[in-house]
Amino acid sequence: MSHEIDFAVQPRQTPPRGESVLSVRGLRTGFAAGRTTLTAVAGIDFTLHAGETFALLGESGCGKSVAALSLMRLLPPAGRILGGEVRFAGRDLLRLSEAEMRAVRGRGVSMIFQEPATSLNPVLRVGEQIIEALPGGMGRADARERALALLAAAGIADPARRIDAYPFQMSGGMKQRVMIAEALAGEPQVLIADEPTTALDVTIQAQILDLLARLQAERGMGILLITHDLGVVARAAQRVGVMYAGEIVEEAPRAMFFAAPRHPYTRKLFAALPDGVGRGHRLETIPGQVPPLSAMPAGCRFAPRCAHAETRCTLAAPAWREVAPGHRVRCHRVDEVALAASAVSAPLAAEMAASGTAQAAHVGSAASSQEFRIQEFTAQEAAVQVSAVQVSSIVPEGTEVGSALTAPSPLLEVRDLAVHFPIRQGWLRRAVGAVRAVDGVSLALERGRTLALVGESGCGKTSVGKAVLQLIASTAGEVKLDGRILTGLSRSALRPLRRRMQMVFQDPFASLNPRLSVGEIIAEGMQALGLGRAEASPAAAVAALLAQVGLDPAAAGRYPHEFSGGQRQRIAIARALAVQPELIVCDEPTSALDVSVQAQILNLLGSLQADLGLAYLLITHNFAVVEHLAHEVAVMYLGRIVERGTVGEVLHSPRHPYTQALLAAVPRIGSADEAPPPALSGEMPSPANPPAGCHFHPRCPRAGAECRTAYPAPVAVSATHTVYCVLNAR
Amino acid sequence: MNVLPVILWSDALVWLMALAALVLGLLSRRQPPLAAAWRRVGRSRPGMAAATVVAVFVVVGLLDSLHYRPALDTPAAGASAAPAYAIETLSVLDALAVPLRLRGEKTYSAPLATHAFAKETQEIRAADGSVQQVRDFPRLRFGGAHLLREEAPAEATDGDTANANAGVSRRTADPSATTDASPVSSAMAPSALPATSAMSEKAAALAAARQYDISRRVGVAVLSALIVWAGVVVWVVQLLARRESLAFAEVGRRLWRGETVFAWRAVLLTLAAIALVVAPMLALAGDYHVFGTDKVGQDVFYQVLKSVRTALVIGLVTTLTTLPLAIFFGLAAGYFRGWIDDLIQYLYTTLNSIPGVLLIAAAVLMMQVLIDTHPQWFATAAERADLRLLALCFILGLTSWTGLARLLRGEAMKLRELEFVQAAQSFGVSDLRIIARHILPNVMHIVVIALVMDFSSLVLAEAVLSYVGIGVDPTMISFGTMINNARLELAREPAVWWSLAAAFTFMVALVLAANLLADAVRDAFDARLVGSS
Repeated sequence: MSHEIDFAVQPRQTPPRGESVLSVRGLRTGFAAGRTTLTAVAGIDFTLHAGETFALLGESGCGKSVAALSLMRLLPPAGRILGGEVRFAGRDLLRLSEAEMRAVRGRGVSMIFQEPATSLNPVLRVGEQIIEALPGGMGRADARERALALLAAAGIADPARRIDAYPFQMSGGMKQRVMIAEALAGEPQVLIADEPTTALDVTIQAQILDLLARLQAERGMGILLITHDLGVVARAAQRVGVMYAGEIVEEAPRAMFFAAPRHPYTRKLFAALPDGVGRGHRLETIPGQVPPLSAMPAGCRFAPRCAHAETRCTLAAPAWREVAPGHRVRCHRVDEVALAASAVSAPLAAEMAASGTAQAAHVGSAASSQEFRIQEFTAQEAAVQVSAVQVSSIVPEGTEVGSALTAPSPLLEVRDLAVHFPIRQGWLRRAVGAVRAVDGVSLALERGRTLALVGESGCGKTSVGKAVLQLIASTAGEVKLDGRILTGLSRSALRPLRRRMQMVFQDPFASLNPRLSVGEIIAEGMQALGLGRAEASPAAAVAALLAQVGLDPAAAGRYPHEFSGGQRQRIAIARALAVQPELIVCDEPTSALDVSVQAQILNLLGSLQADLGLAYLLITHNFAVVEHLAHEVAVMYLGRIVERGTVGEVLHSPRHPYTQALLAAVPRIGSADEAPPPALSGEMPSPANPPAGCHFHPRCPRAGAECRTAYPAPVAVSATHTVYCVLNAR
Repeated sequence: MNVLPVILWSDALVWLMALAALVLGLLSRRQPPLAAAWRRVGRSRPGMAAATVVAVFVVVGLLDSLHYRPALDTPAAGASAAPAYAIETLSVLDALAVPLRLRGEKTYSAPLATHAFAKETQEIRAADGSVQQVRDFPRLRFGGAHLLREEAPAEATDGDTANANAGVSRRTADPSATTDASPVSSAMAPSALPATSAMSEKAAALAAARQYDISRRVGVAVLSALIVWAGVVVWVVQLLARRESLAFAEVGRRLWRGETVFAWRAVLLTLAAIALVVAPMLALAGDYHVFGTDKVGQDVFYQVLKSVRTALVIGLVTTLTTLPLAIFFGLAAGYFRGWIDDLIQYLYTTLNSIPGVLLIAAAVLMMQVLIDTHPQWFATAAERADLRLLALCFILGLTSWTGLARLLRGEAMKLRELEFVQAAQSFGVSDLRIIARHILPNVMHIVVIALVMDFSSLVLAEAVLSYVGIGVDPTMISFGTMINNARLELAREPAVWWSLAAAFTFMVALVLAANLLADAVRDAFDARLVGSS
């Protein structure tokens, strides 16, 4: 109890900057599974200093969230802390009683979570939730005063009004601000932020990261930032620890980390980023996947996927090596890796051979543990297969594709498309208004090309995709596929056209029916559209499709839950390809995937386009993906396109203030040392009630009087580049 | 034996369901998620113990669902004549339980009694040939009749022995005729003293013999039960050892420590418990009334056994009626939305707003009138009772689909927004096919959970309805009718408690086991719980 009094009474002393506030030594955490315990965090060490942000970087399933929950001792029921030490304020948190620990949570260490929508209680006003988190012994009026101050500190405009709002009345960004206010209520010395911006748009992400940096500067907190996003690390962290399969494999100050990453895994992560690599270039990928907890390789855990692995890597776990002050790596072959990198193109053949044997070793270990794993073909292998098999057999009209490229009529033409969802009220359910999800969008897409539709969530880009496929009814406008009008067609009339356009969805876990085998999933479209594939039986067709997307044809008999996210996305692509479409609408095809897997999928999409002449309507919020895959870009804001042009034009010389703000908000790795540009303020208004005049004017830093009166007319900057902004007319 | 098989409607449905369960079981082996869920059920110890108990009840119910009419002995008729069959419809269970079914007493007798529960006036012929009237508890005709048998037949009056030897069913005997026929006569008084002492000696001897006989039988039964059980254990261990190619001792050790994947230990221990309870009951049932007899002298143990089928039919057939309605309406409302959703919602909110018991009572009474005005539809009383039972099931089913339908509607609304459904729509797959292929398999866990959870509530609903008098046919034995009949007996002094107690115990055992199984099934199938454990 004495500790509790300590926390409550003592005026908060900001620990001197640079002093260690949280130090973790040999933390090991596992999950009880039956009679065995699977180790998820295998002995990690790090120190967090006051006023510093330490980022734990890693792909999904590498144990970073489990590590954070272990620090708070908030593990799920099956979780067990197996050993180690967490020093905080002179005590070992792992040895405290639950009552003492409760005094530490919130007041010593507090936490914010990834999903602001679920981390607030929907039936309590936000003020009550913040007051609940305040230390006890405060009067009602004082507590409310304090909550107001916290909301203001968290950057909520008009806190006096917002304190009595319910979470559902707030946007995602505002909810995350409330969550931050709640986490600050106990004046913590350490804030653990578990993917705090992953569920948010780039502009909001920039706002939240700025907010965290400001709060840290004011309060001298230590922030443990858990993320998978190198961009977030570059923008927000001072030091970085890279986690892989439950271990920290590299630790470095930010500048050193981005300038000279040393561990092969880190280097591969950087190489897999689509950033900067131009369209048509193949991204580097990491073969295989993170090993399951039940089959951790002995020795270095990355060895089975590492191009530089040799015998000693599979035998003994590497020890820490300090390669520069503050820069530590766990790798047997740090020096060789650095050498290989300096000689720019290492002999590729040797690397391939090494990865081949590593792959075999991995498969062997998996088989011994009776864990089924589909051997994932590397992207190169898949590409070889595709070019060898597909061009001639699956698309017999392959030659026509080339000629169609030059033909004037586009494959897809959308004119003034509008999708309004009526808002019904009263008990007669009369429409009293409409959510204008899409409000007059025109697009054109030619064969073999990719058009990216970019915008923040809620701007209507997914509705455009679904309206194009006639999955939702359009309110006005027309969609033409190869000259045939789709809007207003009956179901039966649409049916023959359905095989010409397909969709790949965002969430590979929701887009495959868990009760059907992969073979049945892929064959469904062929059955529904009555397609007998020319060459052989459905089973053979399924096998060919699986090979085409780089999966083992034996996967047909398996069920979706046996596959990883990337493999599922391959299956979803195979399902779309099954009916030999000409147009594929890709709705955020990689946003649910890790960086290394994203690279595999982007490579696959690229090679399929090259080989089959597919046209992609790419819906995304990720500019790196746009840059890598797209030919043309259309930027959407509040149901309308605000700027359209080729990738080079829009991404490198954006003309619309919104596009400029979006691009500025994207955390760039290259600009790590520059001060980030000011984030775009405010949030997107409701599409049910768009602002008069230019939709963007309330957030636009350069808006003038004419912006408030009328929607701007299109301004042609070049033959292909159009922008809807009066600023460009002058 | 020459028999005419009779397939009652409920028999057909019960066996059809057993077959469907088998087919579903085989199908779910091919569906990995379902198979995994069933394996989780198999791992749950309370679940498997409960399943064992339920299985015993199901076996009793299935045996009671094979009906036939025995051929009548017609010595006069030649071979050419068509064989005549008894009007009484019997089941295999009846055939196995002949001693229970035919050995009716005159009226109440306590469990394991040798004498009736009420005193009667008997005429006893003394050694000198004079007839004395004695008022005492008479020996039962069958209950413990084998004890000290050499004296008993000689002592009994002619009328009684004749009656007993004939062994005609209890229906012919008029219980009121002999009981308390006359007031105690004063002539009895002089010789009362020596007679009573002799009688009390005899009674003591009889009580001792009964005590000895019962403990001997129970001892033998327990021993043989344990031997049989040990045999079963050895057989299971051998089977496992062969399947997993492990040493016999190793498998035995694992099984003993409960380390097998399937909860074998729970199953075997439950079997042991069942065997230890059932074996003595069976050993005693031949010559005693284990649970006593009811007002008309029928063995309560027999009634309990017959009630099991009624309960199972009510539980299962009602669910069979409920499921298609609930699944169809629920999924259609959730998937199509719009006016279809409105229509279905209005339908079930209307149904829900009428008090359930009143609705059921009205329907049952109408159906009863229909049955009573058309006696020509039924060849036997059993057929009539059976149809009434089925009608009750359908009425219960038609009024109880709303809960599950609402659950499924919500789930379908969630699923239709999922991307695999949209992917199917983008292929132009028809709506009904999407429902059948993409939605239904993904709500099956809810259906399974609802199925096992509803079962027990329906068994209880039958008891309540029969108690109120709108349940099954009065001639049909069910837990509800047993409890209803036992209601007045509790008011007697001393109370006749065994009928109610037996019905209650068995019903609770069945419902509790079904509920525990339902819990295990829910835990295994509910995705959210699976994730946490």
